[in-house]
Amino acid sequence: MPDPPQHPPAMAKITVRDLTMAYGSFVVMRDLNFEVMARDIFVIIGGSGCGKSTLMRHMIGLQEPAAGRILYEGGDFTAADPAGRARFIRRFGVMYQSGALWSSMTLAENIAMPLEEHTDLKPRAIRELVSYKLALVGLSGYEDYYPAQISGGMNKRAGIARAMALDPDILFLDEPGAGLDPLSSRRLDDLILRLRDSLGSTIVVVTHELESIFAIANHSIFLDTATRTQGATGNPAELRDHSDNPAVRRFLRRGGDDAPPITIPP
Amino acid sequence: MVLRLAGEWRRGGPEPRIEGEAPERAPNRYEAAALGDFDSTLPAFLLAQLRAVGKPADGPPPLEGLPQNLRGLMELALAVPEEIEARGAPAETSEIRKLGGVTIRALDGIRSIAEFSGRTMLALGRFLTGRARFRARDFWLIVQDCGVRALPIVSLISFLIGLILAFVGNVELSNFGASLYVADLVAIAMVREMGVMMTAIIMSGRTGAAFAAHLGSMKANQEIDALRTFGFEPFDFLVLPRMLALVLMMPLLTIYSNVIGFFGGMLVGAAVNIPPELYWYETLSSVTMTTAFLGVFKSVFFGAVIAMCGCLHGMHAGNSSSAVGEATTRAVVASITTIIVLDSIFAAIFTVLDI
Repeated sequence: MPDPPQHPPAMAKITVRDLTMAYGSFVVMRDLNFEVMARDIFVIIGGSGCGKSTLMRHMIGLQEPAAGRILYEGGDFTAADPAGRARFIRRFGVMYQSGALWSSMTLAENIAMPLEEHTDLKPRAIRELVSYKLALVGLSGYEDYYPAQISGGMNKRAGIARAMALDPDILFLDEPGAGLDPLSSRRLDDLILRLRDSLGSTIVVVTHELESIFAIANHSIFLDTATRTQGATGNPAELRDHSDNPAVRRFLRRGGDDAPPITIPP
Repeated sequence: MVLRLAGEWRRGGPEPRIEGEAPERAPNRYEAAALGDFDSTLPAFLLAQLRAVGKPADGPPPLEGLPQNLRGLMELALAVPEEIEARGAPAETSEIRKLGGVTIRALDGIRSIAEFSGRTMLALGRFLTGRARFRARDFWLIVQDCGVRALPIVSLISFLIGLILAFVGNVELSNFGASLYVADLVAIAMVREMGVMMTAIIMSGRTGAAFAAHLGSMKANQEIDALRTFGFEPFDFLVLPRMLALVLMMPLLTIYSNVIGFFGGMLVGAAVNIPPELYWYETLSSVTMTTAFLGVFKSVFFGAVIAMCGCLHGMHAGNSSSAVGEATTRAVVASITTIIVLDSIFAAIFTVLDI
C-alpha cells in the first residue's frame, strides 16, 4: 500500500527577517523576526507611537527597511524590482487608519476602480461585485454616497470593502476598531473572523484594543517601546498568561501582573 | 525644611510671594494649615519649584503635609519623570551652522524639483506611449475647473488691465495728439506680456493653490498611499491630468484674455472719441502673427510651471492640516516667482532673437 501523500512542510505566508525600521538615523524598531502562516489573524500589538503602523507600511512596501528582508511565501519582497513588487502588491488588500477612501469618488467608484484597473470584467459584473462587497460590510444602499457624507465607522467599513475588492490573499487592516463605539467595534471583529473563515484570507491587524486582540487573533507580535525591538511573539492569550516578558504581560493585562486577565465571554 | 503654604491661590489673584530664602533642595515637609482655596496655579507653582531645585537622589520628593487632593495632583504630575530629550535641542546659534542648514535645505529643494521634473517627464512618456493610467473623467473635470470656470475672473482682470493701460497711455499720448496709438499700445502690451502674465498669476492663485491643497489633503488622508497599494502610479493618476489640463487651457485662456483686454482699451478709446471700428482696425494692424504667438508660446510653459509647483508642493506636504496650508502658500509663491523669472528670461531671449 502506497504511503499517503506527503504534505510539504507548511510554508509561512509572510516571513520577516532581521527587519530594522528607521526614519533617517532614528531607529524605530530593530531586529524584528516573525512568521505569519496562511489563514492566521496576526495582530501587531504595542503602545501608541511604537511603530505598529510603520511596521505595516514596511510590510506593504510604502517604506523601505533600513535592514532586513520581508518575504511572501518565500519570495523576496524587499529585493524585488518594481514590476515584481507590483505582482506582490496585487495580492494585498489594505485598509488605512481613517479608511483613506478617495474623497472625490463615491463608495461604488472607490471599490470599482481597482476592479476596472486590474480585471477585464464587464461594467455590469463590476457593479454587482461592488454591491456585494458593500453588502459584506453592511453598507448596502450607500453606493452613491461620497466618503464625506458618511460617518467615520462607515468610512472604515467601506475601506475594508475596498481592500477586499480584488479578493486579496492577505488583508492588512490598520486600527480597524479605533474610535468606534463598542458595538460597531464588536461587529467589525465578527466581520474579520468571518472573512478569514469564509475567504481563507490571511489577515494582519494593527491594533491596541485588548478586547479585539483576544477576540480575533491567533498570533501576534508585541513591539516594546522601551527596548525598541519585539517583546514577544505568539498567541496573545498565551502571552498574557505565560509570557516571560513582564512588559508583555503588563500590556495585555492593562497594567500590573496582579490585574485580572481580560476574558471574552463566548 | 518645611514649606508653609498660605492664602488663596486663584487665577487672576495676587502674584505668589515667597517669604524667606528660596530653598536649594526639595522641602521635606509642607504645612498647609493657612492654605485657602486653590486652583491649578498652586500645583503648577509647586511643580515649577520642585523642577527648579532638581530631582532628589533618592526617589520622588516628599509630599508630606499637603492636603489630600493637592497631594494627589502632585503625585500624578510627578509620576512620570520629565523627558529631558523631548524638550528638543536648543535652537542652533552658530552662524556657520545656520548657513549650512539653509544651504542643505536649498539643495534638497533643488533636488526635489529635479526629481519631480524627471518623474513628470517619465509620466509624460508613459502617457504618449499609452501606458499611463488616469480616469478620463478626472481629466475633464480638471479641464472644466481650470478652463470654463476661470473665465469670469480672467474676463474681469483682463478687461480692467486693458482699460488701465489705455487710460494711462492716453494721458501721455494725447499730449502729442496721438490718442489713436493707444490701440497699438494696448494691443502689443496685452499680447506680448500682460495677457499671459495676468492669466498665469490668476491661475497660480486659483488653480495652482487648489492643486496643492487637494493633493496635500489627499496625502494627509493616506489616499495617495492607497493609490500606490492598489497599483496606481500617483504621478500618472494625479499629476499628469492636472499638467495636461493646464497646458491645454492656458493658451486658450491667454488668447481670450488678450481679446478681452482689447475691449477694455476700446472702451477708453470710445471715451476719447476713437470710433470702435477704427480702434479695432488699428489693433489688428499693430499685432503681427509672430507677436501674437509669443504670448501663447509662453503660456504653455507658464501652465506647466503652475501645475508643477501646485502638484510638487501638494505631494510633498506634511501629514497635518496646517501642513496643507503651508504647502498651498509655498505652491503659489513658488509658481508666481518662477513665472516672473521665466518671463524675464523669455524677454531676454526674444530681444536677442529680435522678435
